[in-house]
Amino acid sequence: MTKTAPEAPPRHSDETKRKLSPAAQRFANASSTSLGSILIKIIVIAIVDATAVFALFTAIGREAWAIASVIAVITVLINVVYFKKGWLPAKYLLPGTIFLLIFQVFVIGYTGYISFTNYGSGHNSDKADAISALLQSNQERVEGSPGYPVKVYSGDDGLAMLIEREGQQLIGDGNDALAPVEPASLGEYTELTFADLLGRQQEVTSLKVPVSDNPADGTLRTSDGRTAYQYTSSLKYDEAADTMTDQKTGLVFKDTGVGAFTADDGTQLMPGWSINVGFDNFARAFTDSSIRGALLSVSVWTFAFALLSVASTFFLGLFLAIVFNDIRMKGRKIYRVISILPYAFPAFLGGLVWAGMLNKDFGFVNQVLFGGADIPWLTDPWLAKFSVLWVNLWLGFPYMFLVCTGALQSIPQELSEAATIDGARPFQIFRLIKLPLLLVSVAPLLISSFAFNFNNFNVIYMLTEGGPRLEDAGLNVGATDILISMVYKVAFVGSQRDYGLASAFSIIIFVIVAIISIISFKQTKALEELN
Amino acid sequence: MKVNTRPWLLGGALTAIAALSLTACGGSGSAETSSSPATEQASPAAASGGSLTVWVDANRQPVLQEAAADFEKQSGVKVNLVIKDFSKIQEDFLRQVPTGKGPDITIGAHDWLGNLVNNGVVQPVELGDKASEFQDVSIDAMSYEGSTYGVPYATENLALLRNADLVDEAPKTFDDMIEAGKEADTEFPFLVQVSDVGDPFHAYPFQTSFGAPVFGTDDTGAYDPADLQIGNEGGVEFAKWLAEQGEAGTLKTSIDADIAKEKFVSGDSPFFLTGPWNVEAAEKAKMNLAIDPIPTAGGEEAQPFVAVQGFFVSAKTENLLAATEFLTNYIGTEEVQTELYEVGNRPPANKAAFEAAKSDETIASFGEVGASGVPMPNIPEMAAVWEFWGVAEAEIITGKADPAKRWKQMTSDIEKAISK
Repeated sequence: MTKTAPEAPPRHSDETKRKLSPAAQRFANASSTSLGSILIKIIVIAIVDATAVFALFTAIGREAWAIASVIAVITVLINVVYFKKGWLPAKYLLPGTIFLLIFQVFVIGYTGYISFTNYGSGHNSDKADAISALLQSNQERVEGSPGYPVKVYSGDDGLAMLIEREGQQLIGDGNDALAPVEPASLGEYTELTFADLLGRQQEVTSLKVPVSDNPADGTLRTSDGRTAYQYTSSLKYDEAADTMTDQKTGLVFKDTGVGAFTADDGTQLMPGWSINVGFDNFARAFTDSSIRGALLSVSVWTFAFALLSVASTFFLGLFLAIVFNDIRMKGRKIYRVISILPYAFPAFLGGLVWAGMLNKDFGFVNQVLFGGADIPWLTDPWLAKFSVLWVNLWLGFPYMFLVCTGALQSIPQELSEAATIDGARPFQIFRLIKLPLLLVSVAPLLISSFAFNFNNFNVIYMLTEGGPRLEDAGLNVGATDILISMVYKVAFVGSQRDYGLASAFSIIIFVIVAIISIISFKQTKALEELN
Repeated sequence: MKVNTRPWLLGGALTAIAALSLTACGGSGSAETSSSPATEQASPAAASGGSLTVWVDANRQPVLQEAAADFEKQSGVKVNLVIKDFSKIQEDFLRQVPTGKGPDITIGAHDWLGNLVNNGVVQPVELGDKASEFQDVSIDAMSYEGSTYGVPYATENLALLRNADLVDEAPKTFDDMIEAGKEADTEFPFLVQVSDVGDPFHAYPFQTSFGAPVFGTDDTGAYDPADLQIGNEGGVEFAKWLAEQGEAGTLKTSIDADIAKEKFVSGDSPFFLTGPWNVEAAEKAKMNLAIDPIPTAGGEEAQPFVAVQGFFVSAKTENLLAATEFLTNYIGTEEVQTELYEVGNRPPANKAAFEAAKSDETIASFGEVGASGVPMPNIPEMAAVWEFWGVAEAEIITGKADPAKRWKQMTSDIEKAISK
C-alpha cells in the first residue's frame, strides 16, 4: 500500500483570520482589547487575592509564620506579574512555576527533611508535647482515695474547688491548699454552672488544688467538674535542668540528644520527640546488616522486575502490533480492540482479580487450567516473582501494542518494499530497518515505562503484598517487594512506623531513577543522531 | 503497567498530598501546645458550650448519632461525628494529634493502647467508681501501666459456629470436631481463615490449648514483655500440630476470610471458627446456627483473645471536660451501651447492659466463650510478635519449614525485635 503524501499544512495568512465565526471574532476582539479582558482579569485576581488573604489570616492565627510568608510572597508576585504591562512570558510561566514549587520542590524537600529525622513511632511530635504527655500519663490516682463530689467556684484568684470531707466544707485553689471554709464567706465566690464550666474547660481541667501543704499528698483534679480525685505524679520535670525524675525510684532521665529522656542505664521514657539525626537513616540503610541485606535483594529484584516488565510487554506488544498491522490478517480491528481491553481495566482491580485467580486451592488457574493441581503461585518465592511478571505483562502489553502500532504506521512502507527488492528477508527487514526506526520514537517511552515500573506499587501490592516474606530480613519485606512497596511497608504497615527511614529510602530511589533516566535519555539522543 | 507520560507530575502530586497531610501545618502545631487561659477564654468555640469531634466507623455512626443528639440536648455540647475507616483510625490518630488537628475522642481497639501511649497521643480517663460498672476484662484491657485510658463499650472474641443441621452436638476436642465434620460429609470438615500470611489471631485458641500464651503475666496480671512464653515446649508442640493439620488439609493457607465465610454460609462445612462479625451472614442464610466453646486441640482450655473496643481521649483535646462528660456519663451508661450492642452485635462492656443483652442467645454464647478468654496484649512489644508470628505459622502449615526449628527461629526473632 502506498501512502498518500500528507496534506500541505494550511498557509498561515490572512485567509485563516477570515474563516473565524462571528462569535469567535467578537471574542478575539474583546480579549485583544481592553474592557472585557481587564474585567475578567480583575475578577480572577480578586478571587485569588481573597483566598490568599483568608489563608494568610488562618496561617497567622495558627502562628505558622513560614506558611504565611510563602503565601504573602506568592500573592504579591501574582498581583505584580498580572497587573504589570508586558512581562508576557512571566504571565504564562507563573502558575506552572507555583505548582511546580508546591508539588515538586516542596515535596522533595520535605521528604529530604524527614529523612534526616527520627520521625516515626514513639517520636512523632516535638519535645513540648512529649513532656506534657509524659506528665499527663504519669498522674496516678492515690490508691484507695475516694472520689470527692466537687463544686467549682470562680473567685478573685481564679478558679477554686469546694469539696465536702467528713461533714466539713473545704475550699482550695491553684495556690492555696484545701482549707475549711464557712458557708457565709462563700459570698465572694460564684458557683459555676455546667455551661460555665464548658466555657472554661482548659482552666477547670488544669486546675490542681494541693490536698495539704505537704506536696507528697498530691493534688485534687477533676476532669468532669463533678468529681475530684487525688493524684500524685510519679514523674517530675525540672525545667532548669531539663530532666525528668522518677519520684518513686529516684531515677533521673536526661535529654541526651537521642530524642527521648534517657537514664544512665539506657532506659528511655516514651513518648520521645522527633529530632534531627543527620545521616543516620542513610547510614542504617547501608550498614545495618539486616536492613542492608533486604535493601540489596529488593533493589536487585526491582531492577529485574522493571527491566523484564518493559522487555516482555514491549516485545509482546510489538509482536501483536506487527501481526495486526499486516493486511493479510482478517478481522484486524476486532483483534485490536480485544488486545486493548486489559488496558481499559484498572490495574488496581486487575491485580486483585488475578490474586483470586491464582489462589492455590480455589483459584481459576489451578482448578480449571491445571486440573486441580496445588501450584503455589503466590506463596513460592520464584513462582510469586513469575506471577507478578505475568500479571504485569497482561496489564502492560496493550500500551506497548498501541504505541508500536502507531510507530509502525508512521514508518514508510517504501523502505521495506525497497529492501524486499534488494533481497532482504522479512526478519532482516524487521531487525535492520523497522526496529531501529521504531526505537527512535519508542525509546523515550520505554525509559518512562521503566521508571513507571520501577515504582509500580499497584501490581505488587494488589497481587502479593510483596510476599512471600523473606525469612532472614530484619524488615518486613518479601520476595516480590520492590523498593517502593518496601518503603510503604516501612512507613505505613505494622505499628512500628519509621517515617525517617522510609524517607531515606525514597531519596535513594529518587537518586537511582534520576541517574538511570539521565543516562538513558543521553543514549536515546545518540540513537536519534544516528538517524 | 500503564505508562504515564508524566509520571513525575502524577507521582509528585500524590506525594504532595501525602506530605501535606503529614505536615498538616507542621509549623502551626506548636500554636495549640501552649494555650494560655487568656486565649482560651477569648476563643469563641469555648464560649458557646463547646463542641466535640469524635471519630467513629460507619457501623457505629447511626447509634452514636442519636446519642450525640441526646447529649447535645442535655449538656449543650455539640458532637461532630466524623466517619473514618476503622482500619485507618490508629494511623491517622497518631499522625494528626501532634499537629493539633486530631479529634477530641476516637473509637478504637484496646490493643492499640500501648502504641498510642508510647506516642503520647492519648490521656488517661478517670472512671472513678464507675469502673466497677464495666466488665473486669474490659477495664483490664483498657489499662496500661496502671492508668485507665478510654471507656470500653464492647468486647469481641472468637467462638465456634456450628451448623446444627449438619452436626447436632458441640464437639469437646479438635479431633472430635474433625471426625464429626468428616461424618457430615461436606467439602470441609472445619473452616478457619488462615491466608497466605497466616492468622495467629484465629489460631490462638488452639495455641493456648497447648499451654503456650504469648507473654507471661506479672503479679498485677499485666502482660510482662520480658517473659516471652510463646517459645516454650507447648509452643513447639503447637507448631508440630500446625504442621500435622497442614498436611491433613484441615488448615489451609489458601482459605482467607472471604472464602471461609462463603463456604460456611453455603453449607460446605459444619464448623466455622470466627467472631460475631460473621454471625449476621450465617443468620441471613437461614441456617440452624449454634455457637459453641472452642474445642481444645492440646488438652488444656482453648482461650481465644478478647478484644475490647472503646473510646480514647486525645492528649491534646481542648475540651477535656466535655469529652469526659460524654464518655463517662453518657457512652458508658447502660442505655447507650445497650443501643450500641443492638447495632454492633457485640457483648457490651457495661455489666448491666451485658446482663440485659444476654437474652440474645448469640451474645450470651459469645460472652460465655469470651469469659474464658484472655485480653489481647496491649503492650507495644506485641507489634513485634505479630510481625513474625503469622508468617511462621503459614510456613509451617504449608510444610515449607520444619515446625520445631521454624518456631524456635520465630521466637528468637521476636526476642531480638523486642530487645531492640
